[in-house]
Amino acid sequence: MIADLLTLVLVPAGAAFFLAGTVGLLRFPDPLSRLHALTKADSLGLGLIALGLVPQAGSIWMALKLLLVWLLVIIGSTAAGQMLARFHLGREAADE
Amino acid sequence: MSATILGLTGALLVGIGLFGLIVHPTALRKLLAFNLVGAGVFLIFGVVARRAAAAGLPGDPVPQAIVITGIVVAFAATALAATLLARLSEPGEQP
Amino acid sequence: MNELLALALAFPLVLGALFIVLAASTRAALFGFFAFGLFLALAWVELEAIDVALTEAAIGGGATGLLLLRLNARMRRTVSLGQPAGPQLRIVAGLLAVLVTLVLGALLLALPDPAPSLAAATVEPLPTLGISNPITAVLIAYRALDTLLEIAVLLIAVVGIRVMGAERGWAGRPVPWPAAEPSPALVFLARLLVPAGLVFAVYLFWVGADAPGGKFQASTLVAALWLLAIMAGLAPAPRTGGGWTGIALAVGPLAFIAAGAIGLAATGSFLAWPEPVAKPMIVVVELALAASVVVALVMLVAGPPEPEAGR
Repeated sequence: MIADLLTLVLVPAGAAFFLAGTVGLLRFPDPLSRLHALTKADSLGLGLIALGLVPQAGSIWMALKLLLVWLLVIIGSTAAGQMLARFHLGREAADE
Repeated sequence: MSATILGLTGALLVGIGLFGLIVHPTALRKLLAFNLVGAGVFLIFGVVARRAAAAGLPGDPVPQAIVITGIVVAFAATALAATLLARLSEPGEQP
Repeated sequence: MNELLALALAFPLVLGALFIVLAASTRAALFGFFAFGLFLALAWVELEAIDVALTEAAIGGGATGLLLLRLNARMRRTVSLGQPAGPQLRIVAGLLAVLVTLVLGALLLALPDPAPSLAAATVEPLPTLGISNPITAVLIAYRALDTLLEIAVLLIAVVGIRVMGAERGWAGRPVPWPAAEPSPALVFLARLLVPAGLVFAVYLFWVGADAPGGKFQASTLVAALWLLAIMAGLAPAPRTGGGWTGIALAVGPLAFIAAGAIGLAATGSFLAWPEPVAKPMIVVVELALAASVVVALVMLVAGPPEPEAGR
């Protein structure tokens, strides 16, 4: 019961972060603030969804796998965000 | 039902890819479109495999295995074409 | 509920394909292709074909996208194979595309029900092979000849690419990859992911006998990790022309053919696995094949050799 409640709260919260991040990606004016919006959706949104699914996982191994997916995505998206931001800064510097 | 939806998606991918293959003059875009056609064909194959679920398996493993082979072969062909293009783009080469 | 999921995958796939074909910028189309590949992998999961999904994610989307993105950056000018399409050609192409789509769709809906299936025939002899993943069994046993020819295709493509650098020397290293200093974030990512990914690849290789996974999926993962290390400047692109990479390329097909010959001697048909030693033989051949596939995939993405300074 409590486990289901946890899922019901956390997964929509994660989805809301994804929605907000996507809106930000579409509406924000410059690349850096778009990245800012996107990374929030990636790490926090996915994290909430992964945490929300843990009570439904059934076994401790499945739960650990869910958290591992989250960890890998955080590492990947953080690096990608850094690289995109650096690329953007480099291009701005070249323009000036 | 859900397999049929994805099968029709595969048919659409073949059509869209074919359109791009004919319409785009640049070779790189043709290569991309060609990969779309391939993706569509593989997806149709996968749907045929899914429909043939039997013997406790979720799908017929023979088409699935052939699609795996197909993806690798399509990649090899794409890589060869890409190298040809890189050579063609060098100064003094004519397509 | 499943229909909803299938529709949720069908829409991005069709929209992605339209974007890839219609986008004005080639680079945008290429990034679209990456996203398309991920959705396609999810579609394969929905079709309960996890093995295909793994291959599609690694090769169909990942490696192909990377290859074409790099090609786009390296091309010194646009190569056109004709004039831009006029309105007439567009209409004809559009009609043709619609026609092909409709015929394919109609054929799909007209398929016999229940569908003919080889699933039962595939499952039945599994115990004698010591494999319980039917897809692995199809690849390595029932249709072993296909897999052998597939390796041959990979090798021919590697040779073809090498030939295209032939004017400037048969042996050498491909174009240096990180043109500029690689981003520290990428180096960090490579340092973290390569060892973790290698562990996962070994797991995939071994579990392939009984669950989704196998030598192709594991080798594509290793190839992707190697490419990541090359991009981060942690490893050089493989040198073409002899050396250990040449041995690695040759060992897979040779082991496969040798195993086929043993099968011919023991049972009377080429590529048949003699029953008592089927499992160990399959493992040895798969290991050799994995080495060849990894090197071939990396060489296919890395491209032809460049002339070496001072030679």
